[in-house]
Amino acid sequence: MSATGVGSSVARVGGFGRVTGTQEYLADIHLSDVLHVKLVTLDCSRARILSIDTSAAEQVPGVRLVMTAADLPQPVPRFGPQFQDRPVLATGETKYHGEPVAAVAAETKDAAEEAARLVRVEHEVLAGGVFSVADALDPASPLVQDPALRPDDPLAGTNIRRQHDFGWGDVGAATADLVVENTYQFPMVTHFAIEPHGFMAAPDGDGIVVWSTIQHPFLLQKIIAKLLDLPLSKVRVVAPDPGGGFGGKQNPKYEPLLAFMALRVDRPVRLILTLDESFQAARRAACEVRVRTGLRADGTLVFEDFEANFLAGAYVDIADRVVSKGSYLAAGPYRVPAVRILARTLLSHTTPSTAFRGFGIPQVSWARESNLDEAARTLGIDRLELRLRNLAGYGEEFVPGDTPADGRWSQTVRKAAELIEWGAPLAPGRGRGIAIGLKSGPTTGLSYSTVRLLADGSATVFSGTSDMGQGARTVFAQIASQELGVPLDRIAVVMGDTSVVPYDQQTSASRSSVLMGNAVLRACRAVQAQVAAIASRLHGVNESEIVVDGGVVRLPDGELPIVDVAKAGLGRLGGEITGHGEMRKEAVPDHPLGGTAAFFEFNCTAVELEVDEGTGHIDIVRHVTVSDVGRALNPIQVAGQDEGAAVMGLGHTIMEHIILDEEGRIRNLGAIDYRIPTSLDLPRQLVSASIENADGPGPYGVKGISEGALLVVSPAVASAVTEATGLVIRDLPLTPQRVWEAMRESVMETV
Amino acid sequence: MSDRLHIELTVNGAVRALDVAVHHTLLDALRDDMDLTGTKECCVVGECGACTIIVDGRSVNSCLMLAVEADGAEVTTVEGLAVDRRLSPLQEAFLETGAAQCGFCISGQLMAAHFLLERNPHPTLDEVHDGLSGNLCRCAGYGQIAAAVLQAAERGAT
Repeated sequence: MSATGVGSSVARVGGFGRVTGTQEYLADIHLSDVLHVKLVTLDCSRARILSIDTSAAEQVPGVRLVMTAADLPQPVPRFGPQFQDRPVLATGETKYHGEPVAAVAAETKDAAEEAARLVRVEHEVLAGGVFSVADALDPASPLVQDPALRPDDPLAGTNIRRQHDFGWGDVGAATADLVVENTYQFPMVTHFAIEPHGFMAAPDGDGIVVWSTIQHPFLLQKIIAKLLDLPLSKVRVVAPDPGGGFGGKQNPKYEPLLAFMALRVDRPVRLILTLDESFQAARRAACEVRVRTGLRADGTLVFEDFEANFLAGAYVDIADRVVSKGSYLAAGPYRVPAVRILARTLLSHTTPSTAFRGFGIPQVSWARESNLDEAARTLGIDRLELRLRNLAGYGEEFVPGDTPADGRWSQTVRKAAELIEWGAPLAPGRGRGIAIGLKSGPTTGLSYSTVRLLADGSATVFSGTSDMGQGARTVFAQIASQELGVPLDRIAVVMGDTSVVPYDQQTSASRSSVLMGNAVLRACRAVQAQVAAIASRLHGVNESEIVVDGGVVRLPDGELPIVDVAKAGLGRLGGEITGHGEMRKEAVPDHPLGGTAAFFEFNCTAVELEVDEGTGHIDIVRHVTVSDVGRALNPIQVAGQDEGAAVMGLGHTIMEHIILDEEGRIRNLGAIDYRIPTSLDLPRQLVSASIENADGPGPYGVKGISEGALLVVSPAVASAVTEATGLVIRDLPLTPQRVWEAMRESVMETV
Repeated sequence: MSDRLHIELTVNGAVRALDVAVHHTLLDALRDDMDLTGTKECCVVGECGACTIIVDGRSVNSCLMLAVEADGAEVTTVEGLAVDRRLSPLQEAFLETGAAQCGFCISGQLMAAHFLLERNPHPTLDEVHDGLSGNLCRCAGYGQIAAAVLQAAERGAT
């Protein structure tokens, strides 16, 4: 393997800017003549807007616009990636805490903030808000969305936005020696990217430019074009590398508002959210999962029966896709003859939930894996053994009609067991847990890349992927270096501008190394083909006798670097050789998800821990995370993603949850009251490892990797807590308070 | 609308004289008035550490300090770590261990680490975690960041 190509831990492309403070994030971009925007919100969740008086706000020096829904086209335009249900500004009624009812644009941030405080919104707080799964399923609850928004939807008279029925086999007819049934709760959590969301917009001739911290610039372009009735070519989206996304930045939020404001004042406008406002812009769906697991006495799975109720927010964003994609794989990587899955997307008067690393899988896996543990304990079978007994083998079609198992998964599980020393004697008061997670990669995809080999032998890669920390730039540069023989420091990777880079569907589902990676690879191959033609011309050799790969041109009588042949072929005028690559993952119309899995992310997480009897604090002694990555294109980046995902998983497992008051207001809004793991909350030892069999569909056998290590942290930790204390807790997070109370209750019961 | 005061301070070795709004933080002044955008804004309540800088030898959350309080102060920001585009050993170590992912917290992490190593040139792993505990990172598991600090310390760097 080459020193700079695939398989080596080269330094991050873009790393220099990140360690010198010169990396330009959205908030660092200065637009001249820009107006600063501040949102006007109410300190309540569900309220009827009676009137809005902007006169005092308009008197503040420097204020240029106070925008309300009345200033927008009527009816107020709505948008969304799945359903067009989110209004540009609240109209008639606010649906969640923090939903903007107006926005101010002023010459300074101070003036915008002052004026926003002076906008008088006469409103009536409405009782009976929908804040929980029980509320949403209660027919007596008010409807979150106007049924008129849901024509021809038989569920329009309920708060069930969609209901999904998946499965195979006949659960009703299955006979089991043991049936374990339990209900598990997963909390609302927020992404907490360190970079808050930010947006800018500016008129541009007869079009518009929109800047956003978005992960999907081309989706934003499409939505803005539709809202403004502009051709795509007149909507330019600039998307600087996001400062962390984790799914929260996938879909448009306030960009449409900024676009309408920019056109109205005919000047650039800029809105940088506070962290608190970012909490109110995106979150992960809470979930209640009831699961019945049927097994034979020897531990063989007979059936799995799930009912998963996901609490989405007031507008769907991508939440319903989270529900369908997450619940579809509820039974996990196991061989289960009969599976029934009923999953609901529930509307509520809360922050719109959206994609969040794991995309619904952490919620359902928490229930499935925990229930398997209960079954193992009841049957007296080792928890690891029970899982291995049912695990799908390579090539097995464990979900009928979908992609067969694409990894030697037992290798991953055995590696995790070995690293946690499964079966070794435990110190007193300690427990171990192990759990298996499976997530499908993208079910459809479309990525294009252009690679330009320039006259001096350097190269530029164009890609519409967003590099939000996962390291996509580095991986694409490594692929180009490998294929073209151009040193890494002579490769530039251009991203983040729809007027420059070719189309990419999106940056999600850990797809980019596989889908965009293949597009980059094919673009390089297109360059190689032209170099082969040049070599044929220059050396008088038939093209069929020339092989170009790995950076070199192989002629019958020797090898030459691609770069040398290219330079010679380009001649005195110079110029460049341009290659285009396209990668499609086609839809499958009759598939329940619209397409099969491009690959699976497979992870096994194992922990050893002890629980402080006095405080309920969980002390994780060792945390092992092993993922089947196909091939690690850059091992340090793989470790960084795995370790980060593991610690993020610990967040929702032991500390994080959004707390609502009776009126649906977020009580722990901001960094003081909502805690994410710090360097003092880490496992004493965190071990990550990769299984590499080069069996993925991406370049050189790579699979996507960025979510796996988060998927089953919760069940692994809870299982270990059970072994350490005897307690079974089915609600997350396992905060010291919750664990301490459970310990106290169990003492009371035994007294 | 707002009162302004004149201040003079030294930032990364250069003297800066400017008028600042009395209610603006040092973070505001660095980013908006001095165009030093390497220092990042996230929580603005002193919890995340993204805005960490060094003021008169002390590590400070610049979102919690008024700009007028920095009159006469000596300030170092992330832009002051590299000399003539030559990275400091600490910055080099962050690159080598993969510590910077999205990078948004990294300015603050670097400044906290810089401060730690000045106080304690040979910290243990626990001391590194303790010293950087006020700096949140959402991408990484903190392991690669701590490894970078230890690696830089080994090379005698600050």
